[in-house]
Amino acid sequence: MTATIVIEGVSKRYGDTYVVRDVDLTVAAGECVAIVGHNGAGKSTLVKMALGLVTPTKGRISLLGENPVGHQAVGFRRGIGFLPENVAFSPAMTGREVLRFYARLKQLPTSAADQLLERVGLTAAAKRRVGVYSKGMRQRLGLAQALLGAPRVLFLDEPTTGLDLESREMFYGVMAELRTAGATLLLSSHALSDIEQADRIAIMKAGRMVASGTLSELRRMAALPLRIRVHLADRNAARELEGSPSTPLRWLDETRFELTCADDAKVVAIRGISRLDGVADIELMPPSLVDLCDELTREAAE
Amino acid sequence: MNAIAIIAGREIRDGLRNRWVLGAVVLLAGLALTLSFLGSAPTGTVGVEPIEVTIVSLSSLTIFLVPLIALLLSHDAIVGERERGTLLLLLSYPLSRWQILLGKFLGHVLILAFATTLGYGSALALAGGDIDRDSLVSFAGMIGSAVLLGAVFVALGYLVSAVVRERATAAGLAIGVWLTLVLLYDMALLGLLVADQGRTISATTLNWLLLLDPADVFRFINLAGMSKASVFAGMSGLAEQLQFGRGVLIAALAAWVVVPLAFATLIFARKQP
Repeated sequence: MTATIVIEGVSKRYGDTYVVRDVDLTVAAGECVAIVGHNGAGKSTLVKMALGLVTPTKGRISLLGENPVGHQAVGFRRGIGFLPENVAFSPAMTGREVLRFYARLKQLPTSAADQLLERVGLTAAAKRRVGVYSKGMRQRLGLAQALLGAPRVLFLDEPTTGLDLESREMFYGVMAELRTAGATLLLSSHALSDIEQADRIAIMKAGRMVASGTLSELRRMAALPLRIRVHLADRNAARELEGSPSTPLRWLDETRFELTCADDAKVVAIRGISRLDGVADIELMPPSLVDLCDELTREAAE
Repeated sequence: MNAIAIIAGREIRDGLRNRWVLGAVVLLAGLALTLSFLGSAPTGTVGVEPIEVTIVSLSSLTIFLVPLIALLLSHDAIVGERERGTLLLLLSYPLSRWQILLGKFLGHVLILAFATTLGYGSALALAGGDIDRDSLVSFAGMIGSAVLLGAVFVALGYLVSAVVRERATAAGLAIGVWLTLVLLYDMALLGLLVADQGRTISATTLNWLLLLDPADVFRFINLAGMSKASVFAGMSGLAEQLQFGRGVLIAALAAWVVVPLAFATLIFARKQP
């Protein structure tokens, strides 16, 4: 597969502070990579450097085979879509005017803008000023502009912030279509549902890339225990259980308790629990993305 | 469509939508009408002034008002877009930063041109009467040079906007630019002349010193450069001493547009969004 985004040994320094340090990342055509990390981890700066908006202090970046920094970079931007974090538009313009403006900048017919308005469900609001749009509507308009001209590479910074469940599903549908069409997606997000769409996840901490892999690979690397939450049918069942000398249980209330177990021991544990009397429900709670990030970052630091 | 024209179109649309254009037209027309109808009220008469007097009054008004409107339009062109978060997205599109700035410049100058022509033109139309061809040319020249003066301050506004990191700083700096070039420079020059008593500052030096202030250049283009108007302006004496022709004065004003615009473009090109 051909690489569309190549980032090699890239660093960005402001004064004495490194915002991004020695990052390597290669993304192939048709691949979706999610960058995860706390605020200030350097995700947005990395995206801005990949787009050629910020010049790296060190290292090499290639986007669709071109150096994104410099005047010659202008033309190939037609093949790139970008949804910045907290996307904003001129509030006095209507949704349709905004999208047609960006379509013209990409030398596309205005009909391309109108089709995308329909795709993101904004046709009814097309003639309203962006100033009166809700956060979710602005985000959908932002997504529509990023999709203008069927880009080969898409950079999405916190794409689903402010979107309701229905809009998220629409967005994931669009993402799937793009990938089928062979587009490269690089997204930065905090939302697990976004990250689950990605083929690969890269975790950043203090400007460095500390881990990368699929979600299950990362879970295995972190080897964090998962929590099993058990709901009991009534208080009598609970009383009987309290007497048993098994693993330490953490009681949430009179009929619910939690226990933790290693990922590879979960089948055995569930089998044991299901044999108990009065068990009404069992919930499996894998480690959260935040826990995973924290653990992998901690391991990298050590 | 060309990227510069697309950006200019957006600025004009924004200007119309934000009532910027309307506000400027109403302000300029209102003051122009007041001046042409009531300019001689202190002498006990009210009525339409001869067009030459209107040109003189409007020139004085222009020196104060047009730079102010231009700076209000332009001071947050870059820093404002950055603060609102619209700049980052725009920069990711297939256009250069100089095209963004030039497009904005074109849009803002066209807004100014429209507002000045419509505002002052309405005063002329209402004044009516017998206007000879010379006076009409003078009036057109005044509007043209007013737009050029506006372009100077639009360019200076961009320079301010490119340098600073916050909108509030840009607003403060823009007021400083306006005060310095419109009011303080002349006062300082006058103070210098009085203190010097003609010992070291020659007429030639004074002429060059006046070129260093775009407001003064505008004043000379209109008040001294027109045979009839200069009599009313009481500046015919000064006009005789002026060593530069209108061509040089217009070129000086054009240089005042190009130099700040070039610096603003250079700084903007190097800024990290």
